[in-house]
Amino acid sequence: MQALVIVGHGSHLNPGSSRPTFSHADTIRETGVFDEVREAFWKEEPSFREVLRTLESDEVYVVPLFISEGYFTEQVIPRELRLEGWDVSEWESGDGVSADHATLEASDVEKTVHYCGPAGTHDSMSDVIVRRAESVTGDPEVGDGFGLAVVGHGTERNENSAKAIHYHTERIRESGRFDEAKALFMDEEPEVDDVTEFFSAPDVVVVPLFIADGFHTQEDIPEDMGLTDDYRTGYDVPTEVDGHRIWYSGAVGTESLMADVVLERAAEAGADVGAAIERVRDAETGVAGD
Amino acid sequence: MNAPQLDALVASAPEGIEFDGLSVAASGEESYTVGIDGGSREVDEAGLREFAEENPWFVSNWYYWTRVVGDANARYDFLRWVEGADGRSVEERYEALSTGTGRTWGQLHVVASLGGDGERRYALRHVDDADASDLETYEDPLAARELVKHDDRGRYRPLSTAPTLPTGWEYPDLDGRDLVRTVDFIYPATVANWHREREGELDVSHFRETAERQSGIYEIVEGLSVEELEAAAEACCVDSQCLRRRMWDEDDETELDVPRGDGEFPCREPCSVFITAARKFVTLGREDTQTYEFELTPTEKEQVEEIVDAVAEGRTDEIREADLNEGANRYRARYLRARRMDEEGLSGTPTYPEDQEL
Ligand code: SF4
Repeated sequence: MQALVIVGHGSHLNPGSSRPTFSHADTIRETGVFDEVREAFWKEEPSFREVLRTLESDEVYVVPLFISEGYFTEQVIPRELRLEGWDVSEWESGDGVSADHATLEASDVEKTVHYCGPAGTHDSMSDVIVRRAESVTGDPEVGDGFGLAVVGHGTERNENSAKAIHYHTERIRESGRFDEAKALFMDEEPEVDDVTEFFSAPDVVVVPLFIADGFHTQEDIPEDMGLTDDYRTGYDVPTEVDGHRIWYSGAVGTESLMADVVLERAAEAGADVGAAIERVRDAETGVAGD
Repeated sequence: MNAPQLDALVASAPEGIEFDGLSVAASGEESYTVGIDGGSREVDEAGLREFAEENPWFVSNWYYWTRVVGDANARYDFLRWVEGADGRSVEERYEALSTGTGRTWGQLHVVASLGGDGERRYALRHVDDADASDLETYEDPLAARELVKHDDRGRYRPLSTAPTLPTGWEYPDLDGRDLVRTVDFIYPATVANWHREREGELDVSHFRETAERQSGIYEIVEGLSVEELEAAAEACCVDSQCLRRRMWDEDDETELDVPRGDGEFPCREPCSVFITAARKFVTLGREDTQTYEFELTPTEKEQVEEIVDAVAEGRTDEIREADLNEGANRYRARYLRARRMDEEGLSGTPTYPEDQEL
């Protein structure tokens, strides 16, 4: 039997923060490729500490629903899951964006744990960002005449978070799909406040690389960009700011195609996922499935 | 009992069966020793079938537990516990199951009853709804996650085992697997830890050990003194706040005086809500006390105490609007504030002395 555990941050204060984890887990459950699919959280239950003991499977794939490598993926999660002998070098990610997977035993259960790198740094996350741009504009061809801004928190606490933002921005820029692509941040230069200064394209899609919608994506960023003076009164998509039309998408982690990234991570770690990746991808991108 | 159950029994007979009072053993080529509750007689295969027909409950009971539930694991143990399999004979259980037999698990009320051919069906609802009709009905265990996210007053419940489980819903008809899944969505990991405890394998992480493991902003919880730890456990871990039975202490040697609680399922280590609270308590403990002088009437002093009590017990909503005899009544509190508090604070006494403006 094989199980998938999606681990997220969760919150003691905000009930919405675990929703993306639940909904991606549900999408994957429906494919039926795992005998068990379970969510676990740092701030909600089941905790990282107890999730493995609730499973009957002995092969467990753990995928962190986090944006970047760093404190949570490298220290907290492996420690709390009691992954014996965990050493971050097993991921062989020197650059903060290449963690793949490592196979370990958990010391409180007789299970083999395939511990995967975070969803946020997987290559296919670039596709989710693009998909987000498509869904917010309602245009599956969106790109021509459009700029794309990928927004991160930007903090000294975790330099890898900026690396993930730059990594995907670069990949999308190289794809040539948008006229321009730019990485922006809330707390460091270049700042999302000045979004319009960085683009010459008349239309700009702004996609925050966050897992869940919360204060930052629903309150700070819309206000910082000048979409609204007060987030409570809402804003239009698109909103005209300084002669540009800003298409603000909200947290990328809520995009249903994220389930696909989680599956990719598990598959690369050895999970037998059959054709689930294609099925989820087709279903979530509206292409007729088989 | 149905035909597949009977056939399964006949097919299993050569390896022998001992289950809940039913025994079948091969005693030669196509001859068996069969019995109920220790009795025995010799039969051939036709006799074995006849014996099974005479004791359909025993056969369907054996089939349900070994073939439908299978494997003696946490789920198996929990389902056995639900119908009281330990202390009751098969006859007594079937009797009880025919009208439904119930158990309480935290604030959950589980009722097991007989399904078709001796299999079991389970119903799940809030204990307070045990006799209610008109409940919203659910089938999908996954729905439970959303169902229990907020209490009846609409407030988010970050601690799943807080005694604030919302009412008004029911799962009228679950099979054993889905029952355990649903319970696990409502009270995550409780079945697993309860099972471990019964097996004598509950792995407890005491407070000091758990604190030592913390990193980042939680590193400081190590600084909680034993007196503060007692107060923290009393604040968070007693039955009125959490239905888990606290099994952790300060460390292996030092038990806390705070009652563990009467919950069915154990708490094996300080949870994330507790650790977050402990972090706050450590920072509170870092402040020195200070002597203040201000005037209150005896009744006002009592009123302050009553207000603290009411907030601590979560009773403020129960205090009636016009009940002026309650210290924590809103009008009384507003009156106290109007009379005794100004911008300097209580009775005009500043919180910080003038030479120590913050
Ligand atoms: S630590 Fe206390 S509050 Fe937390 S689950 Fe255990 S008993 Fe409940």
